[in-house]
Amino acid sequence: MSLRKPAKDQPESFEFNASSLEEANHIVAKYPKGKQQSAVMALLYIAQRQNNNWIPLAAMKYIAKFLDMPYIKVYEVATFYTMYNLSPVGKYFVQVCTTTPCMIRGANKLVEACKEKISENECELSSDKSCSWMEVECLGACVTAPMMQINDDYYEDLDKEKTSEILDKILNGETPKPGSYRGRINNEPENNRKTLTDLKNA
Amino acid sequence: MLKLKVNDIDVEVEEGLTVLQACEKAGVEIPRFCYHEKLSIAGNCRMCLVEMEKSPKPIASCAMPAAEGMNIKTNTSLVEKARKGVMEFLLANHPLDCPVCDQGGECDLQDQSMFYGVDKSRFKENKRAVPEKNMGPLIKTQMTRCIHCTRCVRFATEVAGVPELGAIGRGEDMQITTYLEQSMQSELSANVVDLCPVGALTSKPYVFEARPWELKKTETIDVMDAIGSNIRVDTYDWEVKRVLPIINEDINEEWISDKTRYACDGLLHQRLDTPYIKYNGKFEKASWLEVYKIIKSKLENTSKEKVSGFVGDLTNMETAYIFKEFFDRTVETDNYESRSDNRYINTSKRENYLFNSTINGIEEADLILLLGTNPRYEATILNARIRKSYLNNNTKIVSLNDCGDLTYPYESLDGQTKTIKEIIEDAHILSKEIESAKKPMIIIGESLLRLENSKYLFDNLKDFLNKKNKFSDDWNPLNILSCDAATVGNFDLGVLNNKINLIEDLKSNKFEIVFLIGQDNLNFVKKNEFVIYQGSHGDKGAECADIILPGSAYTEQDGYYTNLEGKIQKAFKASYPPGDAKEDWQIINELAEFMNNRKLFNDKEELYSSMLNYLKLQSEKQTEHNNNNWNSDFNNENLKIEIKDYYFSNVVAKSSKTMIKCNNAKMNLKSTGTEG
Amino acid sequence: MLKDQDRIFQNLYNDKGSDVVASQSRGDWVNTKEITDKGRDWIINEIKESQLRGRGGAGFPTGLKWSFAPKEVGSRPHYLVINGDESEPGTCKDRDILRFEPHKLIEGCLIASYAVQAHVCYIYIRGEYFVDGQKLQAAIDEAYDKKLLGKNAAGTGWDLDIYIHYGAGAYICGEETALLESLEGKKGQPRLKPPFPALIGLYGCPTIINNVETIAVVPTILRRGAKWFASLGREKNTGTKIFCISGNVNNPCNVEEEMSIPLKELIEVHAGGVIGGWDNLQAVIPGGSSMPLIPKDRCETLKMDFDACVEEKSGLGTAGIVVINKDQDIIKCMARIARFYKHESCGQCTPCREGSGWMWRMLERMAKGDATKDEVDMLGDVTTQIAGHTICAFGEGSSWPVQGLLRHFKKEIQDRNNLDPIVQKKNNIPYLVDQHLLDKKNA
Ligand SMILES: Cc1cc2nc3c(=O)[nH]c(=O)nc-3n(C[C@H](O)[C@H](O)[C@H](O)COP(=O)(O)O)c2cc1C
Ligand code: SF4
Ligand code: FES
Repeated sequence: MSLRKPAKDQPESFEFNASSLEEANHIVAKYPKGKQQSAVMALLYIAQRQNNNWIPLAAMKYIAKFLDMPYIKVYEVATFYTMYNLSPVGKYFVQVCTTTPCMIRGANKLVEACKEKISENECELSSDKSCSWMEVECLGACVTAPMMQINDDYYEDLDKEKTSEILDKILNGETPKPGSYRGRINNEPENNRKTLTDLKNA
Repeated sequence: MLKLKVNDIDVEVEEGLTVLQACEKAGVEIPRFCYHEKLSIAGNCRMCLVEMEKSPKPIASCAMPAAEGMNIKTNTSLVEKARKGVMEFLLANHPLDCPVCDQGGECDLQDQSMFYGVDKSRFKENKRAVPEKNMGPLIKTQMTRCIHCTRCVRFATEVAGVPELGAIGRGEDMQITTYLEQSMQSELSANVVDLCPVGALTSKPYVFEARPWELKKTETIDVMDAIGSNIRVDTYDWEVKRVLPIINEDINEEWISDKTRYACDGLLHQRLDTPYIKYNGKFEKASWLEVYKIIKSKLENTSKEKVSGFVGDLTNMETAYIFKEFFDRTVETDNYESRSDNRYINTSKRENYLFNSTINGIEEADLILLLGTNPRYEATILNARIRKSYLNNNTKIVSLNDCGDLTYPYESLDGQTKTIKEIIEDAHILSKEIESAKKPMIIIGESLLRLENSKYLFDNLKDFLNKKNKFSDDWNPLNILSCDAATVGNFDLGVLNNKINLIEDLKSNKFEIVFLIGQDNLNFVKKNEFVIYQGSHGDKGAECADIILPGSAYTEQDGYYTNLEGKIQKAFKASYPPGDAKEDWQIINELAEFMNNRKLFNDKEELYSSMLNYLKLQSEKQTEHNNNNWNSDFNNENLKIEIKDYYFSNVVAKSSKTMIKCNNAKMNLKSTGTEG
Repeated sequence: MLKDQDRIFQNLYNDKGSDVVASQSRGDWVNTKEITDKGRDWIINEIKESQLRGRGGAGFPTGLKWSFAPKEVGSRPHYLVINGDESEPGTCKDRDILRFEPHKLIEGCLIASYAVQAHVCYIYIRGEYFVDGQKLQAAIDEAYDKKLLGKNAAGTGWDLDIYIHYGAGAYICGEETALLESLEGKKGQPRLKPPFPALIGLYGCPTIINNVETIAVVPTILRRGAKWFASLGREKNTGTKIFCISGNVNNPCNVEEEMSIPLKELIEVHAGGVIGGWDNLQAVIPGGSSMPLIPKDRCETLKMDFDACVEEKSGLGTAGIVVINKDQDIIKCMARIARFYKHESCGQCTPCREGSGWMWRMLERMAKGDATKDEVDMLGDVTTQIAGHTICAFGEGSSWPVQGLLRHFKKEIQDRNNLDPIVQKKNNIPYLVDQHLLDKKNA
């Protein structure tokens, strides 16, 4: 990954809408007086949600003013953390984990599916502009590898075929059901449960 | 005191020092990149690793507090390996383009790689390429060379108080930049060039000008404001190539303002290099003899009350003194003045026009009250001290006016002088706060002294502080913030006239001969006066002159300046005046000789000793304070802070192309609304 | 095998629901007040005696950590911060606690806050776990409703507020001081130590930081007694632990087991064995990506606990077990881990910033067989130049896996990368030419 750059086309201005504003004030209240800067990460998320899943520069400026902190500090935060999208991504934003635990269970097949279904390159919008995908580092669901995240949800225990099905759905505007695609219950050993068995049946 | 061992040598150090400082005390040099005494500790370069007994890993000495009984080793193979390793990493992605780097010859990385570097690079991957950043007209970037020490970021945030630099991204893609690549909004910005240990941030105006070893270096004094920053002037033949700070912990620490550093190209332009005479509204070149002749005949044919002399803002003390002598002894009048406007000054005691708490004292103050001054623009370096005081001690700062961003938070009052009256009369909350403060500081700016009520305000403020017992042997809370380099020196030399108001007389055209010496700031409409202008630059003063005498700039003659605190310092000659121009004292001396067949002084030595003697006598006697021009009544006034255009505050700065660029960059930010 | 009734996380697979009622029926919140009534010293002492060690990776004794909090609250408030950043590849245990056993965590927070005298507790959750965070938030809301949080929480007389703070995709924020920076709204760059967070932490105030699992097991320990917990596992490696078994096994899973359980038992019994059979095993990463791998022969007898793993020059870490079988290219696996560390380095200090990318690039070339013989040793050199020289333990985390690879698979690398530096490239190269120029096409 090289340095993520802000998008070329930037909206002139940005402002929280009423519900974002309410949420933002609610978050600022979580932190002690004078420490409102702590809310910057959450506020960047709010801006991202409000603005089709990416953060324009105007929003960083708005947030800096909102929290009374220097712009550069907001900019630093926005470029440091990878979950802030600095340029537009698809309405369905697909993130495929390719770190070793997923890799050795075939994450590359998921990447292939993304390339076939969405676009040849990472971080590029699909032809209908609704989806984009990228490779990410470990998403913390190694036991259900390989897996991917679409917007907030985890899709686990995948293979190429199931990934393609899921991608077809989102390209169709549907939101598929998250979770394991082999039907196992959470992180239990599939068909091999040796623990907590009485509870299971109880 | 703590006792510890460094390489088996016992050392004792004060508490609160770091291991690195303790090692220095023991005479052991520790290599470093990110550590800088005047900045917070980052501990990120890892160059200063040393071995500490009982610690399995080497420790960063710059960040580790020294503790009793520590046993530090800096000469073991573990330490050597660690340093070599760090050095290799630093060089791994570094372009190694020393031959074309402006930092060449004064680069920490270059120096230290001599010790710790390996001669052959083992790094075979492609080197990182980092795009250049726009940081404005002063700072050139070459970011591939950056070693991410973050000194520049810490300087901007901590000392300059403009958190505009940052490190964006992360890991090996981290990049130093300003927000959206705008120039830094600070009058101290170029200090990052000195701080950057490598050639990532270099001086834009100085790009490829010269190699350090080709330059003649002269240690001297700056005159862009009344601080008296210690500087080094580097010259190549006649040209001043660059100005750098010299450490003076009492004055500028190790910073200088951008104006001090970069106005120096103003020394190359608009220079007066030969005498001129105006014939029919046009200047024509003349010889020294011709101009002396004309001046002599003019002076001889004019009654002495009709002759006046005005001394400018950059004039050194020798010049002012000989000018005064010339008026006293040759012209035989005391119609001379160094102020350029009506400004109250109580000369009965020297401390009435000094910055008495001293610049270092700012760090001890617990309450600072600004009356009629914007220190950020009037005395940038002093303002940085106020910020430091605020950062270290959370000093409370109050300003009568709202001055915009001063780089630290302050409370502002309504700008009315009646508020000061309330304070004086114990009718304001600040009265109590001043009373209970241990070391309050009242800083009075020239804008206040220009008010009609200035005498009332000054005298009563002083009384008030006296009543509250705020004056003691080690603290004088009352401070005048002078703006110009020559101000205090001129006052010390008595180059001012409180009996008559020369400025008013000048404006009402009472004089027949007006002799301006480096004085370009007078607002008067010329009628029939014969104006003699002596100075270095063709500016306002020269424009209205009938005779021009080309003098020298501050880098071209030795001369004393007294800073706002009253410290007398000598500026040294780094270069020589252009063309036929001469040193200023010499011109006056020759003119006197021409008129009376007698020099005022045989040589400069004699001038010095006479001047120093005069200063000594003055300091011993209490001059009678005669100030007829000011009444003592009070009427409420609205105090407005007038500051000269920051980047054009004197003739040198006005002639500087770099200052024009700075000003444009600032205007640009204003107009795009991206400022602040 | 651990008896079911000795498992702390009875709802690990969410068989019974995670709401407050279900949790109460499993014993959570039943007598919280009785526990706190026994006093801070008793609690801290009990935790010390249980020999609970931090589950976040470093294995620091939890009771001891709590005892570092100042005894008296001065002008600065105390904070408890829960580390739910869980980003170590191979680890996904905290997520299950957040979503299925949130009340164990919340109750643990209350008891721990009481013990270290904090009235505010922040739970830092990695941003990707947004949905799981929302489940936790729902549980927190429930707890407020039932007066288990807030003023006089659960009738203990202690006031406690809990807030969730989401990360945003930065592994380094799991490092405790980077986490604090992140909580303060800055980039997650670790702080210099000393000072340690127990004295100067969040907002400059005394702060205790613990992993989610560490705190979630506290209520059960205090209920069932330190002796019970200490009786599981072995001396200094006590209790139960959630193991995450991923990679080339037939049934990857999370399972709570007794500390010191044989690795082979975890793999064979719970995870259904290595794909292709035990003999197809190549190596195991025992504790998340930053722990050096252990080759098959050592896996036969390895007991999964802190000290036993250290004896194998590795570590239990987070107990995220990644099983790698012989179908995998071990160099590629490690190159991918190196890429992870390169991607996640915060960039603050030199060895990590410059070294992590260097290691990755070398390993990529080694995986392709594009490196020269001497580079294999050089890679080892580079790892030792990083480890121990950085601000935080990320330096070790990034270089240990490479060192593990070199320790056990050096021969494989050398076999693949047997290029002779000069001969291979071109024949008539004058010996003076610097090697790196040869890599460029038209040098
Ligand atoms: C690079 C790095 C990443 C870490 N990531 C995590 C993490 O994701 N979760 C965690 O609980 N601890 C993590 N830790 C360990 C924490 O620094 C800290 O030791 C732990 O949160 C303390 O809690 P414990 O004593 O309960 O284990 C990490 C440490 C390092 C050096
Ligand atoms: S630009 Fe210079 S001062 Fe700034 S971080 Fe880089 S090397 Fe350090
Ligand atoms: S000088 Fe100590 S780490 Fe840089």
